[in-house]
Amino acid sequence: MPPLTDLADAVIRGDHPQAGALTREAIRLAIEPKTILDDGLIAGMTVVGDRFRVHEIFLPDVLLAAKAMYAGMDELRPLLIRDGVPSLGKVVIGSVKGDLHDIGKNLVGIMLKGAGFDVIDLGHDVAPEAMVRTAKEQGAAVIGMSALLTTTMPVMGEVVSRLKAEGMGGTVRTVVGGAPVSEAFAREIGADAYGFDAGNAVDVVKTLVGRR
Amino acid sequence: MSDVFTVAPEEMSPERDAVLALLGIPAGTLLGDRIERLYTHATGVLGETIAPRGVIAEIEGEAFDAVYAGDGKNAAETPVALVSHRAEFRALFAVTLGEPLSRAVAECFTGADFALGYTLDAMASVAADAAAAVAERRFAGTLRERGWATADGAVLRYSPGYCGWDITGQRRLFAALQPGAIGLTLNDSCLMQPLKSVSGVLLAGPRTIHRFPPTFDCCARCAERTCRDRLATLFAGAAH
Repeated sequence: MPPLTDLADAVIRGDHPQAGALTREAIRLAIEPKTILDDGLIAGMTVVGDRFRVHEIFLPDVLLAAKAMYAGMDELRPLLIRDGVPSLGKVVIGSVKGDLHDIGKNLVGIMLKGAGFDVIDLGHDVAPEAMVRTAKEQGAAVIGMSALLTTTMPVMGEVVSRLKAEGMGGTVRTVVGGAPVSEAFAREIGADAYGFDAGNAVDVVKTLVGRR
Repeated sequence: MSDVFTVAPEEMSPERDAVLALLGIPAGTLLGDRIERLYTHATGVLGETIAPRGVIAEIEGEAFDAVYAGDGKNAAETPVALVSHRAEFRALFAVTLGEPLSRAVAECFTGADFALGYTLDAMASVAADAAAAVAERRFAGTLRERGWATADGAVLRYSPGYCGWDITGQRRLFAALQPGAIGLTLNDSCLMQPLKSVSGVLLAGPRTIHRFPPTFDCCARCAERTCRDRLATLFAGAAH
């Protein structure tokens, strides 16, 4: 299906105007939206992710590709909603209360969307109750939390405890990350997983939702 | 008495290799055209939005000990305590790149210019460190104008959150320094706003005062190890 191969290539090249145009072209050709998503946009991002993992390209290249994917998604989103096409799962993300750093969290969100997840980004300085409430209301499968300060790390534990207290510990999984956070800390607070960088976070979330 | 100053952009131009390292790109890598264009674009945005300012206030040893004690959460033995007691002069300091730059980074992400936002953020981090280095040089210059003539005298900075100085130390540091004069505030988590800011203490003395064995408890937990690089700049060309 050449239009979708070209679309994937546009994403890989980070050519966002072309990615938008080729998505419109694929829609005009009446290709199923889910097929455009899987075989065009996500296929391109998968190649980009693979090249990033083996250090053939660098994070800025991934982010240029993500912008191209978003250009395609802007065209496709209304059709995916119309057709009720499910995502890989809903993930609520945020930098925890007191923490205003959100570059790392943003990278995780961009890469999760690139992998096909529906991401609800609550931003920074997010209170534990807001994370849990949003996950409950949106039917999220995972809450991803970021902290860059040792002073805000304990808030991650509050989210995990709150989930358990509300009986959601088994249904909503938690993943934590950020410079001072470690695998040991994740275990200590009872989080389900730890992601050491944005690329790894995507793999971890896929594992948590059983997509690997 | 506080010394409030502005930093000339040419004094703190972010070093390219340091920016690339933050972007995960090894030094010496030949960048493709699109990343070069991105870098140039980010450099332009940085130049348009950066508004660096700083404040320095000299402090006596006992007064610094009270600031350093913070909320009582420092480790029992730390490099900061060791070096500060060896120092001849001390000054609290803070530098900030200003709010417009932080806003520009945020706007890049909300506008899906992720690569630009990420590159700009990395440049800003390196520039913030360069601004802190300007504060070091400024304090050293002030001391020399007053007759400080210690052989091999050197000023290095130490910040809450590093080298065993718990980040909660920011509270007393801010209370003593009052960096509101340069637009800096502290939130409940001891996080500075604007984000691209550096605060801490400048410690002056013979360069050997800054040497410490990396055997403190905090050293074992430290992932940064930037103290080694900073010391290397003091002893470049000399036997350690």
